[in-house]
Amino acid sequence: MSIEAREARQPWILLSPSLVVITLLLIVPVLFILVYSFWLRTSVGDVQPGFYTDNWQDVLTDRFFRDILLTTLRIAAITTLVCALMGYPAAYFIARAKGNKALLLLLLMLPFWISYIIRTMSWIYILGTNGALNTALQWLGITSEPIQMLYNETTVILGLVHFLLPFMVLNVYVSLDGVDETLEDAAGSLGATKWQSFLQVTLPLSLPGLAAGGLLCFVLGAGTYITPAVLGGPRDAMFANLVFEAIITQLNWPLGAALSLLLLAVLGILVMLYNHFLGMAQLMKGLG
Amino acid sequence: MGWHLIRFWTVLVYLFMFLPIAVVVLLSFNANQFGSFPMTGFSLRWFGELFDNDAILRALRTSLTLGALTALISTTLGVLASLALVRYDIPFRNTISTILIAPILVPEVVLAVALLLFLQFLGIHKSFTLLLFGHVIFTLPFVILVVQARLVGIRRDVEEAAMSLGASPIQTFFTITLPLLMPAVAAGALFAFTISFDDITGTLFWKPGGVETVPTQIFAMLRNSISPEINALGTLMILITAGLPLIGLAISRKLAMRRDRAE
Repeated sequence: MSIEAREARQPWILLSPSLVVITLLLIVPVLFILVYSFWLRTSVGDVQPGFYTDNWQDVLTDRFFRDILLTTLRIAAITTLVCALMGYPAAYFIARAKGNKALLLLLLMLPFWISYIIRTMSWIYILGTNGALNTALQWLGITSEPIQMLYNETTVILGLVHFLLPFMVLNVYVSLDGVDETLEDAAGSLGATKWQSFLQVTLPLSLPGLAAGGLLCFVLGAGTYITPAVLGGPRDAMFANLVFEAIITQLNWPLGAALSLLLLAVLGILVMLYNHFLGMAQLMKGLG
Repeated sequence: MGWHLIRFWTVLVYLFMFLPIAVVVLLSFNANQFGSFPMTGFSLRWFGELFDNDAILRALRTSLTLGALTALISTTLGVLASLALVRYDIPFRNTISTILIAPILVPEVVLAVALLLFLQFLGIHKSFTLLLFGHVIFTLPFVILVVQARLVGIRRDVEEAAMSLGASPIQTFFTITLPLLMPAVAAGALFAFTISFDDITGTLFWKPGGVETVPTQIFAMLRNSISPEINALGTLMILITAGLPLIGLAISRKLAMRRDRAE
């Protein structure tokens, strides 16, 4: 074999273990559940291979499933918006900070290393009936009884924002950091006010980062299982809870497969739209 | 004026991120036996009780083993793939990159269901093996992203020099490339371990009955009630998953400083 041919083969040898693992443990399984979603669970609990559209009819026409899907998308959208509003100014501050930028960035990374379940649970100590807020309110004499603040949609959103905010700040920071600061000065010297130059120069240039952060917040938020289970009430189930219920509790695997695929399709469309307009490179920048 | 407002806002955002976690750590040292406010005194009692609790110790052992094996496999696969992406001009680069990060883009619940049903169909039931497969697949893309970012900074000319002096490619890899790669390998392994150690969603689908990892153990304990033991376990987890990277960072700083001085 020529040296060129060997050179050309080398990267594929290096890549093949990862590609094989992802193919066998992700791509083939997803295709498999597509087939599986057309199988049927019989009344005795067996799964009957074949081509039955029953699960899909259930999933696509049942009002219960549709309502939970819409609730899930609404919660994810509100969460993303709140993350953007809270995260953008913070990312701007970090990008333009003179002094302890390294410390601010390190602190920003820290939540990624702190357990998701602990971060979610921590809100029980803040908002619970024996939590910090109720204790403080009673100590100040504002209330005499603890108020029930937990286990509703607002606390689910709060928990999600707490979980996802670092993704937003990090992505916006990465794109703001790439914006040349002198551009704002240039706009200023041409007579734009600070606010004008921000709106017309900096903000548009940072939109790719905002979009990448937004996509991550939305997709991760819409796929979450733990937050509604810990911080939501019995009526605050999100789509992932539905999937868990079908697979683990009811053991109706074909139905669970169809539900998972619906979630994948809805979120997959978003990812594809993002990829079409902005490309994956921005997302990888923010994640790396 | 505007800048002060932004600074104030940023302080609030950081408080929002860290105050609740600080409360968990604070409460783990609380003598109060209900695991919540008010603070009645300082106590290390709950940490002691952790080590008398068999279920928690078993969960800790499972999590540590799973995290270590996941890190080993994901890092090996991830470093090889990253080398290919950084060092070679490959066709279909974008498609390949997208496939490699696909496990991040697929919601974890969907990934969990697909893997569970497929492997069950092949006769691999809920087991430690299934957990390990699952953890490898969703840590791999993160390892690739982190290692790739570190690899870009490593110069190739040292390797070329070694080869031109007569070293074989294998010799070059083990005596030159691998030592230069070590920081990237360590960063990838640490990241994989941390993500695996923290994972709960996929783990709940894949774990066999009776087997718990630390996060699923906490989740199960939360269903009963808040207890001071959960706080102590939470603090311990924060020490493991946030402490390890911080120590790693400190060590790499030290090494870099020593290298600078040597040069």
